[in-house]
Amino acid sequence: MVIKHKNIFKQESAWSNADELLLCLDTGSWRTERPILDKEKCNYCGLCALYCPPQCMKDMGDHFEANLDFCKGCGICAYECPRDAITMVPEGEFADEGSKRSG
Amino acid sequence: MKAQKGQVRVITGNATAAYGAMLCRPEVVSAYPITPQSELAEQLASFHADGILDAEMVMVEGENSSMNVVCAASIAGARTLTATSSYGLVFMYDALQETSGFRAPVVMINANRETPGIHAVSSGQQDMISARDTGWVQIIVENDQEILDQIIMAFRLAEDYDIQLPVMVNYDGFYLSYLAEAVEIPVIEDVDQFLAPLKKQPERPKLVPGEPRGCGTHGIEMGYVEARYKHCMAMERVTKKVDEIDRDFGEYFGRSYGGQIEEYRTEDAEIVVVTSGSATGTARTVIDAKRAEGVKVGLVKLRLFRPFPAERLVQALKGKKAIGVIDRSVCFGWKYGPICMELRVLYPEIGLVPILSYIDGLANLDINIPHIERVVEEVHAAAQGKPYQEVTWIPMEE
Repeated sequence: MVIKHKNIFKQESAWSNADELLLCLDTGSWRTERPILDKEKCNYCGLCALYCPPQCMKDMGDHFEANLDFCKGCGICAYECPRDAITMVPEGEFADEGSKRSG
Repeated sequence: MKAQKGQVRVITGNATAAYGAMLCRPEVVSAYPITPQSELAEQLASFHADGILDAEMVMVEGENSSMNVVCAASIAGARTLTATSSYGLVFMYDALQETSGFRAPVVMINANRETPGIHAVSSGQQDMISARDTGWVQIIVENDQEILDQIIMAFRLAEDYDIQLPVMVNYDGFYLSYLAEAVEIPVIEDVDQFLAPLKKQPERPKLVPGEPRGCGTHGIEMGYVEARYKHCMAMERVTKKVDEIDRDFGEYFGRSYGGQIEEYRTEDAEIVVVTSGSATGTARTVIDAKRAEGVKVGLVKLRLFRPFPAERLVQALKGKKAIGVIDRSVCFGWKYGPICMELRVLYPEIGLVPILSYIDGLANLDINIPHIERVVEEVHAAAQGKPYQEVTWIPMEE
């Protein structure tokens, strides 16, 4: 058997690093809506990052931003945000971005 | 270098298993008591209370939790142990697969018992057979001393860097769990010495506070395929490793068991009987008696059930004229017993000789001398070209 596959996991078991490989699937392709943040309303409380199921919220220093390679668009961040700073916007509105998933 | 002579005590299989486990210094133990294993869980608790077992004992409300506890502790880097039987093993089903899928080197002691459907509090291998596709290494032992020795070898196997798989050590519940035999208990420092080579290996990955990582978190498509492939390749490596560890154990402690299989008088044998577990002792007696009568019969004791020791079995069985396999469990969907069914996969390598399947010893029925005599006589007749019955449920014909 000739193996052409390049290993995703560095270890024997399916270990992944929280910063990169924890998110080893492009779950971003599943998304129909994306979270858009209103920075004026955001007070950097971090609840969106805490509740994010795939843990894909990036800490930007004064706010959090979804890593769109992995954000499935579930909307939990928008639901949990106490200041309603996150709005879920249909992906169709970003159609001009083509196949680009990262915002 | 040789190990010191250990103390010899007359103890039950369950107590022996507890000694074997304690000697390996597990760091996290979670074992929910269940007949016929309860005495083992009690003995471990007693060792802990007496300060002999320095482990975190996690009390749980059921077996599913006990397996999840040891799985999690194992991926956090601890040496872990659990023990169960029958309904308990069935209750762990999802956790069994997570543990092996995470490649957590947990050691589990399983006192074989019949499984649900008919509430049988009795011996039988159906529980481990039903768990054969959960990705665990499964080993079956024959007597109390072998229980103890195999548990020590199981830790060396499970935690080996090239393996990293959970290992299930199985012994016949009721027969061995409550049978008191003379057992030599090694000195704990010698067990440390035997397990010491693990410390020289690279450290396996583990969860550490402050270093967020995931284990088995995501895996559809290629992540899943890759993990499964590596798991299957590790299984392939187990076979030879079992032989190596058994040989090392023999050199150091003076007792060895043949590794994947034990062959008894097979070399010049024309026919072979395949057994596993405690019935093997009875079978040896029959083999000796039949040999005295001039029947060239040998015995193969299957020790490793998963991965299946194909290569060793082919070496042992190739050229034989007929084979009889005694199973202590059933196979739903195939008429043969499970071990017989797996052995039949080796037909192309062994040759198209009669393989006779026997189902016996279910639910505490004895696999006794007359039964095995019957097996030898029928296999002998089949080898001479006489017609034979492919599958026989021995108790149903009595």
